[in-house]
Amino acid sequence: MIRALVVGFATTLKHMFRKPITVDYPDQKVPMFPKYRGKQVLMRDESGLEKCVACGLCSVACPADAIYLEAAENDGTVLAGPRYASVYQIHKTRCIFCGFCEEACPVSAIFMGKDYELAVYSKSDFVWDKTDLLVPIPLSSVSRTPAAGTAGADA
Amino acid sequence: MPPDLARFDRPVVLTDPGADVDLPVLTTTVEKMVQWARRSALWPVTFGLACCAIEMMAMSCSRYDIARFGAEVFRGSPRQADLMIVAGRLSRKMAPALRRIYDQMPEPKWVISMGACASVGGVFDNYALVQGVDQIVPVDVFVPGCPPRPESLIYGIVQLQQKIARSRM
Repeated sequence: MIRALVVGFATTLKHMFRKPITVDYPDQKVPMFPKYRGKQVLMRDESGLEKCVACGLCSVACPADAIYLEAAENDGTVLAGPRYASVYQIHKTRCIFCGFCEEACPVSAIFMGKDYELAVYSKSDFVWDKTDLLVPIPLSSVSRTPAAGTAGADA
Repeated sequence: MPPDLARFDRPVVLTDPGADVDLPVLTTTVEKMVQWARRSALWPVTFGLACCAIEMMAMSCSRYDIARFGAEVFRGSPRQADLMIVAGRLSRKMAPALRRIYDQMPEPKWVISMGACASVGGVFDNYALVQGVDQIVPVDVFVPGCPPRPESLIYGIVQLQQKIARSRM
C-alpha cells in the first residue's frame, strides 16, 4: 500500500513540474497550418485590379449555396477583362469553409484565408460583401491603377 | 487585437471593461458589479448536438482551457446554467426539447449559436432541420464555422462577455 501511495504521489509531483500546454488564446494565438481554411479573400492582380471575372463557377460549386454574385460589364477601371462581379456576397454562416470555391475558380481569384474570429451579434451581419472580402490594393501598384488616375498607360 | 479585448486578461481585473479602467471595485456601482459577476462565471449547459460539440469539448479541455474565463463548468442541469451553447444542427424533433431546456434555465440566460447548422442550417437546407435556432430561442452571439475552431468559440464567448458588460439592469 505504501508503494502504491508513493508511486501515485510521484506521478502527481512529476506533473507539477511539467510545462502547461494551455494556449493563452486572446493574447497568444496558435499559428494556422498552411492548408487551414478560414474566411475567404478575393485577390487582386499585380496592378491592383480585381481578378474575379464573374463566371459564377464558385457559386455553382458551393455545396451550401452561400455565394451570390452579379456580373456587370467592365469599363476598364475594376478589372482587365470584359466582365467583373459588381456584387459578390458570401453568407458567412451558411459557408462551411470547404474550399470548393477556391478549387473551382479558373482565374485564382478567391482563396481561403486564415481569419477565424468571425463571431457576430445579429443576423444583419451575416453577409460578407466585396468590401469585406477584397484584399487591399498593394501600395506598390496604386499609382498604376487606372481608377487612381491617368497613370495607367505607363504600366 | 482590439484594445477592448486586451482588458479581458486573466486574472480578472477588478474593474469594469465598459467604463473607466482605473475605477476600483469598491467604489463602483451595483450595476457594474453585477455585470462583472455575470460575465465572469458563465456556466454553460451541456447541449452538444453534433460535431460542433467535439470542438466545444476541445475548448473546455486543457489546451484551450475555458476555465480561464470562468466558464468551464458544463452543467448537466439547466437550473444551474447561465449559457446555452447550441453546438450542432437542430432537428425539428429536438426543437421542443431545446426550448424546454432554455425555459428551465434561470434568468439571466444567454445563447450562443455555434456553427453553420445551428445559425442558419448550413448545408442542410431540408425539411428535417430547423433553419436557425433563433427561430426557437433568442440568440446572443452567432459563431460561424463548420465546425468553428475552439479559438473561434472562445472569441464568441469573449464577445458575449463584452455584450454582458454593456448590458443594463
